Amino acid sequence: MYELRKVDKKFPGVHALKAIDFQIGRGEIVGLVGENGAGKSTLMKVIYGAYQADGGDITIDGTKVRFQNPRQAMDHGIGMVFQEQSLITNLTVMENIFLGFEQQFVSFGVINWKDMAQAARNQLAKVKLDIDPATVTSRLSFAQRQLVELAKVLTLEERVDGDLVILLDEPTSVLAREEVELLFSLVRDLTSRASFIFVSHRMDEVLELSDRIYVMKDGEVVDVVAQAEANVDDIQHKMVGREVDKEYYREQKQKPYRKEAPLVSFKDVSHGARYQNISFDLHPGEVLCLVGTEGSGREAVLRTVFGLETPTAGTVSLKGQDVTRFNAQNGVAAGVGYVPRERKVEGIVGGMNVYENMTLSQMGNYSKNGVLRISEEKSLARDWIDRLSIKTPSEYKDCGGLSGGNQQKVVLAKWRSGGSDIILLDHPTRGLDIGAKEDVYDMVRDMSDDGAGIILVADTLEEAIGLSHTIIVLKDGIEQIRYDCEPGNKPSLFDLVHHMI
Amino acid sequence: MGSVLTRDVLVKWAPLLVLIVLILFFAAMEPRFFSVRNFARIGISSAPALMVAIGVTFIIIMGSIDLSMEGTVSVCAVVFAFAFIAMGGTLASFAWLALPLALLVGAAVGLLNGLVHVKLKIPSFMASLAMGFVGTGFALLLTGGDRIRVEDDLFRGLLTTRWFNFPIMCYVAVAFLLIAWFIQTRTTLGRNFYAVGGGEDLAHASGLNVNKVRILGFTLAGVFYAVGALLAVGRIGIAETATGSNFMFVSITSVVVGGTALWGGIGGVWNTLIGVLIVNVINNGMVVIGLPGYVQDGVLGVLVIAAVVLSTDRKSVTFVK
Repeated sequence: MYELRKVDKKFPGVHALKAIDFQIGRGEIVGLVGENGAGKSTLMKVIYGAYQADGGDITIDGTKVRFQNPRQAMDHGIGMVFQEQSLITNLTVMENIFLGFEQQFVSFGVINWKDMAQAARNQLAKVKLDIDPATVTSRLSFAQRQLVELAKVLTLEERVDGDLVILLDEPTSVLAREEVELLFSLVRDLTSRASFIFVSHRMDEVLELSDRIYVMKDGEVVDVVAQAEANVDDIQHKMVGREVDKEYYREQKQKPYRKEAPLVSFKDVSHGARYQNISFDLHPGEVLCLVGTEGSGREAVLRTVFGLETPTAGTVSLKGQDVTRFNAQNGVAAGVGYVPRERKVEGIVGGMNVYENMTLSQMGNYSKNGVLRISEEKSLARDWIDRLSIKTPSEYKDCGGLSGGNQQKVVLAKWRSGGSDIILLDHPTRGLDIGAKEDVYDMVRDMSDDGAGIILVADTLEEAIGLSHTIIVLKDGIEQIRYDCEPGNKPSLFDLVHHMI
Repeated sequence: MGSVLTRDVLVKWAPLLVLIVLILFFAAMEPRFFSVRNFARIGISSAPALMVAIGVTFIIIMGSIDLSMEGTVSVCAVVFAFAFIAMGGTLASFAWLALPLALLVGAAVGLLNGLVHVKLKIPSFMASLAMGFVGTGFALLLTGGDRIRVEDDLFRGLLTTRWFNFPIMCYVAVAFLLIAWFIQTRTTLGRNFYAVGGGEDLAHASGLNVNKVRILGFTLAGVFYAVGALLAVGRIGIAETATGSNFMFVSITSVVVGGTALWGGIGGVWNTLIGVLIVNVINNGMVVIGLPGYVQDGVLGVLVIAAVVLSTDRKSVTFVK
């Protein structure tokens, strides 16, 4: 009844959805799987109206529709249960359920709370949640909030004529096993009221719940399998199925790392629920890649090395020294440089110029008694502008006005010029064009040659495989497997995906 | 190349333009406005305000706000006056020690302010507002509501001795403006203010001790408030609880009108100089052309809103709290 035909979506530089055909029948549960960046979230946003398709048709029961915003999609019975929960935690459950639709309970400008509570109780009954609708949302558990969210979407049933389609985005990621079971049996019951689109990184759950599964890769639907024929290995092969281009990732430049004293050493380090019992050594010249889905603990490990997070158990040592106090100042002093994912937020200060950004982490080297030696700062900046061929008119240029690739070079220059030899790269190529990506790969190889150790959280699996000497696969904060990746003997995409999800 | 008159250029030079237009406007309305005598008068009223405004400029560049200036100025003025009189009552004696003492008191109040803000994690506007009331109350406790006269001719020379028609306090203010400029452009502390205001997360991720920068910023602001207090006492020869009155509105108005962004990272002490001059030219000019006081306050209020509207790219701001 709900159908996408040849739907296309382009962003500058990215063809995010390529002629997608997608349909869902009444009371059906459809699974959607794909690697990070395969286009799942873009597809969902098109479905619930947050994005508008550039080409193709969307039809409901054969009638063409076009949604300008999620509200219009809701008016056609399409609701979304968000992964990051969209409830306002300081409001009560019933206020959340009817947020934006309070008018039905208002007479003479006054809300009739009794009516609203009764209506909310009816909604909560649909999801079999027995709580007082006047409870403040922050007092509920995550599982309960998930159900309230679902109840909120189910109010569409009363408001809209016709069928409902409900999108569930990673609904199980914060739930315990038995809560997942409850949610699944509930969703199966609710198929009498609505159809569901289910997106999850956990392949076994998708297989368990879905009637049919759409497999996405590079913005295309590569296969649709019915539950009866579905097989985890096959699906994972279809999700990847690509060769890593050795040239592109400078594999020929990969040299063995030095097996001397490690720069970073983790011994059975745990951080609450984020990750448990992680151990590794990072050697000079080594590129160590942490692979896993979002929330698998890879970022938390990076932040621990830099000192932004304090682990709850285990020993971290930097260059043979056990770290006792975790803070960023100590990290920088030990030679750790952090290239964060959000370049605009944590990478460069917009409004400050190139040389000011480069010396931000090492002003002590360019000052005496707090007075800066600006001419030295400028010559440092000119030197690194040459070395990394940073495209900027001068060292006075505001960094906020540089392109993403050049901003990234400024960030790398900041750490390298300060003598950092433990470099943490979090999605260093995100949002860069191809040329700028290749520049970053070259820089990674150069840093290895200089004896720096690099811990990488890559933007894609190919990048991880292409660049790294060692790969550690994490899932739910636990190490799954470790690969040594000498050139010519690298794991395949399938190997990694198999252990990731 | 595009037009030279881009929005950025316009925003950058708008305060100076406004100042020039105001001066020309008042000069056209009343020729007596455009005289060295009157400019000296503007200078005298600007000097203490400039010191206080420079102090709060550093805080605003960090993206915080400091509302403690009235209390800090009162405490510094009163402590200075008591110490000055107790130690001899003239700059020719050891009483000159009261000058550095006042700066120390300013630094101490600022430090306390910063500690309360950072260590107790209280938003800066609330911490400093509360500290300001504490300061005003403390000053009242010290004086018991009395005025303390500081009649030393040498100290009053700040106002009475004139070089090239301008009293010494104007030159003192310019000297401290240059010191502030040096701190802003040439020291790690000044650079850190911009880093914290431009991107606190990033400053933290670059290994900066952001809390230390904040505490030092408030301490430095306290020192400049103390200088402002000294000039204010020098101007009228009296230290009292009310010495600090009105500095909050004037200084923050000046900083904003001068073009320093309230969300931090942009602006500087020269902007503040222009802002202080704009505010004082308006005050003075309205008196000269004979408008009543309440109109002046109204005009200044409108000016602040206009300045923020002009300097904000409102398309990029979704929520205003």
